[in-house]
Amino acid sequence: MTMLSSVASRIYWMARYLERAENTARLINVNTHLLLDLPRRVRLGWEPIIDISSSRDYFYNLYEDADERSVIRFMVSDTRNPDSILSALNKARENTRTIRDIIPREAWEQVNTLHLNSKTNARSVVTQRHRYDYLHSVILGVQTISGMLAGTMTHDEGYDFLRMGRNLERADMTTRIIDVRSASLLPDMPEDLTPFENLQWVSVLKSLTAYQMYRREVHQRIRRTDVLRFLLLQENFPRSFYHGLCQVGNCLGNLPRSNKVLRILTQLQKKLLRAKLQEFDQEKLHTFIDELQLGIIKINDSISKNYF
Amino acid sequence: MAIRWGSYKVKNLYDELLRVTGRPRPAAQTLCSYLRALKDGDIEEYKVAAESAIHVMGVTFTVYSEEEGSIDRVWPFDMIPRIIDRREWLQVEAGLKQRVQALNLFIDDLYHQQRIVKDGVFPAELLEDSRNFRPECVNVDAPLGIWAHICGSDLVRDKDGTFYVLEDNLRVPSGVSYMLENRLVMKRLFPEMFEQNSILPVDDYPSQLYDTLAALSPRPGDQPEIVVLTPGIYNSAYFEHAYLAQQMGAELVEGSDLTVENDVVYMRTIEGLTRVDVIYRRIDDLFLDPEVFNSDSLLGVPGLMRAWKSGKVALANAPGAGVADDKVVYAFVPEIIKYYLDQDAILPNVPTYKCINKLERQHVVENIHAMVVKPANESGGYGMLIGPQASKDEREKFVRLIRRDPRNYVAQPMLTLSTAPTLVDHHVEPRHLDLRPFILSGEQTSVTSGGLTRVALRKGSTVVNSSQGGGSKDTWIVDTEAT
Repeated sequence: MTMLSSVASRIYWMARYLERAENTARLINVNTHLLLDLPRRVRLGWEPIIDISSSRDYFYNLYEDADERSVIRFMVSDTRNPDSILSALNKARENTRTIRDIIPREAWEQVNTLHLNSKTNARSVVTQRHRYDYLHSVILGVQTISGMLAGTMTHDEGYDFLRMGRNLERADMTTRIIDVRSASLLPDMPEDLTPFENLQWVSVLKSLTAYQMYRREVHQRIRRTDVLRFLLLQENFPRSFYHGLCQVGNCLGNLPRSNKVLRILTQLQKKLLRAKLQEFDQEKLHTFIDELQLGIIKINDSISKNYF
Repeated sequence: MAIRWGSYKVKNLYDELLRVTGRPRPAAQTLCSYLRALKDGDIEEYKVAAESAIHVMGVTFTVYSEEEGSIDRVWPFDMIPRIIDRREWLQVEAGLKQRVQALNLFIDDLYHQQRIVKDGVFPAELLEDSRNFRPECVNVDAPLGIWAHICGSDLVRDKDGTFYVLEDNLRVPSGVSYMLENRLVMKRLFPEMFEQNSILPVDDYPSQLYDTLAALSPRPGDQPEIVVLTPGIYNSAYFEHAYLAQQMGAELVEGSDLTVENDVVYMRTIEGLTRVDVIYRRIDDLFLDPEVFNSDSLLGVPGLMRAWKSGKVALANAPGAGVADDKVVYAFVPEIIKYYLDQDAILPNVPTYKCINKLERQHVVENIHAMVVKPANESGGYGMLIGPQASKDEREKFVRLIRRDPRNYVAQPMLTLSTAPTLVDHHVEPRHLDLRPFILSGEQTSVTSGGLTRVALRKGSTVVNSSQGGGSKDTWIVDTEAT
């Protein structure tokens, strides 16, 4: 069966928005835990979360301080923020609504339920006690949808667009988390902070649910270069940047007329594999991450132009 | 207080479930006993279950005035079904088939020789002023001679129980998806009722619709490419468009997905352009093709009419089919049936006064307090007057409107619509309702088993439109001879 361009585009964006909601939920969860572990004088507060979603200016238009309450509201329930969890779920739902004839009915019902529940319970996220449950239910909800789609949707072109959307969004979030978190981890920090530095790298891993998998693979103590290598270059970890690109490449391989997009993708892969991560100081890392993000944007644009 | 049939008063009207107070009709016997046994807690449980099923299934309709951002509203659903005995239904079904067959002959005739006008049965001046007659369609040969492939006719019962046809919707009738969804909800709620009664199924509608559409393909032999053309997500029936496309395995498209080259319609896909054979369009005629109709319409497809006229794509319903669902034409349907089929109408019309006729207009104006006045070309209950419930000002306003443009108005005496028990809190009260069955015409003609029952949820109200406080019920055609 042929696939309408407009349908392909909606599937792609549905997947991106769902993934965005899940990633944001994970990020806030981890930050909550991290702040509980750090001593007061090194607490980083909630501002980095705003930076990760690159919405600093927009945030300060709406709120005075980046205190916990405001940031959580901004990131979870404030629909004025186009990247908040609720906004993302809302857009995921709107995209899904228009492709009900393509998506298995159960999956649509799940997207609808997730959106409704997240909206109804959004207030509970402000208190720390209920926050975990709320965020966990968002993560679980998105995972359920992914599972249903994997198990009940025909793995045809539509499914390839879904996987491309998910993986590009994931890869993008991985670079953002590395960028912002490492910026506050300057290597010349006073000696007595090292255990906390360590803690922060752990939190980077945890934001991406990578801690456990990292541990299984890297047996030494947590080190910057190892973490970067794992998150950027690991082939088989589903949230590593390189893995995301490979997945997109596989999908493109199944699709018609994909040469142009594939060329752009391959360029980015090559750039990534050539990078000497161990030599990167903070500034170089930042520039490199910028290039990766631009690469993602280029792939996104090229997919849009070619198929939508 | 749970459901007590003894305190449900049936007086001076026809109730769908009860013959008289306390006495259920034979087909409703099992259901009424079942409902009587429910406790408040059970009813509450059912209500919650029904609501959550509908919510989760995302059954929604749009109301134009609703604030941006929340374009969905859940379609109100009453869980007590409306029941019709199959023996009675067969008669209705035969009447509907007869009616639609005659209407299709009428449309085809109007766009060709106009014999009915020449023979003096249908007034030429009505045709001249008709807003839905499309000169662009003259001499176009519709496949199988059929123009209205999908028809939704509204039926009501008067106090003696007689079914009347209130109107025919031949343009883009909607509501069938609610009929299908209501049945799904009811099966989830009352599986035991479906075991104990012989209730005719409705779920085959999408596949019959598919067959009807496929038969129109200009490229017989190949598997036809069928699409559902929707105005988009903001349309009140969008849910239904998506639903039907899904159930038929057809593509749901908007105008921007389609393009016409050399009179052939294509859709834009990830592989490039793909040819389209049949379009089930849910867009009004005037928005179909900006080259021919509204030039500023963004919903349609430039060149679509050219493609249709040259027979390279089929449109259902055909453009121009609406000429026969005008409320003034309605008044002539009994004559139309007689003229083309030489039969008497099986299903009667509600007596209808045509304001274009001087004597009839006089009668309407004098009795406006007892009349329902309808504009000829509005749907959805907009712009009508319900005499007995209207204020003096409103009545006078309508008298002025009728005098200014008599051709555009018809009036009918106020019927006492039938009622059915409807859940209000934890007990039942009578509410008025109507019925919209759907008739598919192609190589064969088929009628849904029952249809969509719409119910006026406000006490005493007879306005059943979803846009004006109406809800719906599942409709059961029960075969009492089978059990």
